[in-house]
Amino acid sequence: MSLVLDARQVAAIRRHGEADYPAEACGLIGGAVEGDRKVAVQLVPLVNQRTDSARNRYLIDPESFRRAQERLERDGLDVIGVYHSHPDHPPAPSAFDREHAWPWLSYVIVGVGQGRAGELKSWVLAHDRGTFDQELITSEERKVVWQ
Amino acid sequence: MAVTVLIPTPLRPFVGGRDAVELEAGSVGELLDRLAGQHAALKPHLFATDGRLRSFVNVYVNDRDIRQLAQRETPVKPGDTVSIIPSIAGGTTVAEALPRLSHEEILRYSRHLILPDVGVEGQQKLKAARVLLVGAGGLGSPAALYLAAAGVGTLGLVDFDVVDKTNLQRQILHGTSSVGVSKLESAAARIHDLNPNVRVETFETRLTSENALDIIREFDIVADGTDNFPTRYLVNDACVLLDKPNVYGSIFRFEGQASVFHAKRGPCYRCLYSEPPPPGLVPSCAEGGVLGVLPGIIGSIQAMETIKLILGAGQPLIGRLVLFDALKLQFRELKLEKDPECPVCGAHPTVTELIDYQAFCGIGAEPSYDGAEITAHELRDEWQRDPALVVVDVREPHEYEIAHIDGAVLMPLGELPDRLGELDGHHEIVTHCHHGARSLKALEILKAAGFSKVRSLRGGIDAWAVNVDPALPRY
Repeated sequence: MSLVLDARQVAAIRRHGEADYPAEACGLIGGAVEGDRKVAVQLVPLVNQRTDSARNRYLIDPESFRRAQERLERDGLDVIGVYHSHPDHPPAPSAFDREHAWPWLSYVIVGVGQGRAGELKSWVLAHDRGTFDQELITSEERKVVWQ
Repeated sequence: MAVTVLIPTPLRPFVGGRDAVELEAGSVGELLDRLAGQHAALKPHLFATDGRLRSFVNVYVNDRDIRQLAQRETPVKPGDTVSIIPSIAGGTTVAEALPRLSHEEILRYSRHLILPDVGVEGQQKLKAARVLLVGAGGLGSPAALYLAAAGVGTLGLVDFDVVDKTNLQRQILHGTSSVGVSKLESAAARIHDLNPNVRVETFETRLTSENALDIIREFDIVADGTDNFPTRYLVNDACVLLDKPNVYGSIFRFEGQASVFHAKRGPCYRCLYSEPPPPGLVPSCAEGGVLGVLPGIIGSIQAMETIKLILGAGQPLIGRLVLFDALKLQFRELKLEKDPECPVCGAHPTVTELIDYQAFCGIGAEPSYDGAEITAHELRDEWQRDPALVVVDVREPHEYEIAHIDGAVLMPLGELPDRLGELDGHHEIVTHCHHGARSLKALEILKAAGFSKVRSLRGGIDAWAVNVDPALPRY
């Protein structure tokens, strides 16, 4: 599968990463599946629940997830992915990311070096949980939107 | 009628794309087992290898978290709705950059690996870490041993000394067979025996303003086990300039202190002590003595803090100074503030490169003692020719008890100014101490009081024992 993110959504994720620097920013990506593509429609920025080590950890607790999911469902959308920032680290998943990852969801990571957002990459957990594989991000205009 | 299980999007591909599954079960545990039984590919995502529900898998029965109910035993009945709700966690530290552990290492570190705060990733971080120990002595010994045992991948050691028998009472890195051998050679052999996975990089040199930046730059963390103020300020300033954490420890007789100085996150050593004490005010271990276990405790604290910094676990000793009193067996903690006026880590630093730390600590500014010293052989010969010569022992009474020169008069340095009346300025006077340092201070006191025929025994009673009277014990 590939992930479709438009330029505005990419910019919003980068802005969120910069705003929360040096803490990790996080949020959910709502969207819909079209064939073999996950199409992002709406971003749900969330508050990082980790206060102990927000510089290198993020947490979206089940209550936040539930509320976001309910909101998206009202718009006919599903949670198709998660985004988070890696302050002063490259946008590659850590072992910690992998151990805590869900399958199928797109994990979009933006590196934020010295407060400036850099590269953005998307990753999907392999079914055997052994690796995180990079996923293609496309920015083509959406042809079909939800009902 | 069955129980409805709501499946979140990430798990739908494993249940044929459905968002809900109907199942018969009496409890949550049974329900999840049936779910995983029917859809085997789901299992690794719901359960960890030990069979427990993964920490990020949350299960709700009719909107209530089973953690607040009876966990897996929570009963379910037909008509209930069970939701699987993700929590999502993650964070930095790029796994791909961390070294793998061999089977031997996995076995060796098994007690670490089962600790939730260490685990495989933590052990890999230890393996990837590069720690520099300044000094392979009292503090460096336990720190090096524990860091090597813990699996720190690379240990750098700076020292230029050889192992002396008087070191063995506390410097447990070295053994009797290493006396006379360079400390680095001795340390490297011991570390290799303890843990051959550790790479030891040795720097057989005194740390100086010329080489400190080049040496420290190559390491992640510095553990300062120095025994003198110039090197301590040098290590501090170099760490501030290079933005490295400096795990500090120091000891004196029965007391010790420790802290972690990392200017980016808290105060540095200069925020605590902006100026060094006047030279000679604080005696070294050789002059003041030290209980051998004490560096074991403080050096172990340094090892612990170093490991915590590597793992990112717990609260580091940043902004706190721990004071340890061995006689009372008491730990106290002082809160340290960053000094905004600090000359090296403050808002407007005046120290922006390494300076002359000997001069900064007032060392080298002492008067010259040319002609004011006498060797042990010269003293023996002169004393035979002139029995009226007075030898003044300025050490402490308990040192006198260990060994003394027959015929010497005991006048501890502290008492000397009050006991000048006991000395006759017409006779030749020779002062001595243990190694020759306090004796020079006595010389100054005597000269200032008008005595002109005074000299100091170079090398103190130790030189006397080596060159003149081998029957005396050395200490």
